[in-house]
Amino acid sequence: MPQAIALLDCNNFYASCERIFDARLHKRPIVVLSNNDGCIISRSDEAKEAGVPMGAKLFKVAGLIDETGGEIFSSNYELYGDMSARVMENLAEFTPEIEVYSIDEAFLGLGESKKSFTAIGREIQEAIEKRTGLPVSIGIAETKTLAKLANRLARESKKAKGVLDLFRSPYSELALKRTEVGKVWGIGPNYARTLVENKVKTAFDLREMDLRRARKLLSVVGARIVMELRGIQTLPLDLDPPPRRSITCSRSFGQNVFELKVLREAVAVFLAQAAEKLRRHCLAAHSVTIFISTNRFNAPSEFYSNAQTYSSAYPTDINHELQAWTFDSLDKIFQAGFAYHKTGIVLSGLVPADKLTTRMFDETKWQRFRSVMKAVDEINRKFGRNTVRLAIANPDGAWQGKCAYRSPRYTTRFDEVMRVQ
Amino acid sequence: MIIQLKEIEICSAHFSRKLTRPLFSERVQAGFPSPADRHIEDRIDLNQELIRHPLATFYVRVIGDSMVDEGIFPGTLLVVDRAEQTKSGDIVLARINADVCVKELSIGDDGSVWLLSKNSSYAPIEITEEMEFEVWGRVMWSITPHPLQ
Repeated sequence: MPQAIALLDCNNFYASCERIFDARLHKRPIVVLSNNDGCIISRSDEAKEAGVPMGAKLFKVAGLIDETGGEIFSSNYELYGDMSARVMENLAEFTPEIEVYSIDEAFLGLGESKKSFTAIGREIQEAIEKRTGLPVSIGIAETKTLAKLANRLARESKKAKGVLDLFRSPYSELALKRTEVGKVWGIGPNYARTLVENKVKTAFDLREMDLRRARKLLSVVGARIVMELRGIQTLPLDLDPPPRRSITCSRSFGQNVFELKVLREAVAVFLAQAAEKLRRHCLAAHSVTIFISTNRFNAPSEFYSNAQTYSSAYPTDINHELQAWTFDSLDKIFQAGFAYHKTGIVLSGLVPADKLTTRMFDETKWQRFRSVMKAVDEINRKFGRNTVRLAIANPDGAWQGKCAYRSPRYTTRFDEVMRVQ
Repeated sequence: MIIQLKEIEICSAHFSRKLTRPLFSERVQAGFPSPADRHIEDRIDLNQELIRHPLATFYVRVIGDSMVDEGIFPGTLLVVDRAEQTKSGDIVLARINADVCVKELSIGDDGSVWLLSKNSSYAPIEITEEMEFEVWGRVMWSITPHPLQ
């Protein structure tokens, strides 16, 4: 078991990624939009100071962003994904114990060392910042929950400069007293309300709470949080994530879709993406589930949502088989007259592709298709996704979302690299 | 922040994807063994030769002509390493305020910092207190295409 746990968090991750490759953005407000350019999901510090709220719809804050000289971006997941991978792979140099918790956060196990944890944290922070250009904050403590708390304070406090070590620290108590109970990791708005009503207002109050009372008020989960705040690890680092159980690909549309044909086009694109991932991990799927839905805010009479799964005795990893299964399901659940807003597919029943049983009837044909898919993947990797595709998989279909403000994919596309004078 | 991981395609950078090649390890049963067999090692992989720190290396395209005497032309591709230490005399990518440029870093004995162009029509730039200055990375290689006619 590691001695201490650190939480590394990339500050304003998406906005920071944009700034590295575009010097014009220096010290300016930056906001990044969700899929379909809907609402704000990342803000630079300047955008926060300008008063742009998280989650705001673009049209509501576009004026404010413009007035403050800010810049708007559609999300550029190719860029963020690559920068995230660079951060995480860099961390491997500092500790073998890494749990990648999200695209911009990782828990690290820190062992015995002659250096102080603050010094180690500072070293990691400086290395990541130098090599990737991304500013990060690091909180260190006895447990994940405390490391999260330390991380928040590391970022907020000017003195900490992004690194705060609360491991067996005399400041631990003060830090807990300064943290509202609702800001504790795992305490949602409902729990927070219940706790405040019971005069448990800060993380410190929560830590001091009687365990039985905590269990009664917040169930086992809450009691676990109390333990974690006391410095007892109840959530160990998850070092090797369980093997993939399923692969999901879903998206809301840029505009409502009424036609079956357009739905098919979108589904085929998602399938191609998911199937490529399947093959990359050397897996094959027994089942594919498709779901379609109108906007969930629609009036009940205009709301429709349904899902259907197709399962086969023979798992597959080739596009047109998966597609045939999915279209079969789609035809069953499609109802004309609804304004569809979202669709997605889930591949499940995943098995290693190298241990498949021989097919009874079409083994030779199937193996030939598999080598075709291999060639397709190779070409698409080289020349960009969707270079070779099934004709129905229309990446520019009417369902496609808006991404009017996407920056170049600086690190993953040769013709989009950063430009300098 | 809730992140919909399922919608994110993580593309780890493929810095070194080796081509599959026959490593003539198996002797052909009939006929003479090739005299070259013992000498086949591995082919040259530019990713390995040109990139010291794959996780800190970025590619950048030049659009200006301020470095032509250094062999850096409009269209040249730069291999830029952020992890590498920089010293006076290095070719660097530097940011001054809201601009990024490729220049030679020059540090005088008096501690003054200059960015030098390699083209007589551009004047040297002295970095002053008011400027916000940062070395973005060290230019390790420049690759200039010689297009097919």
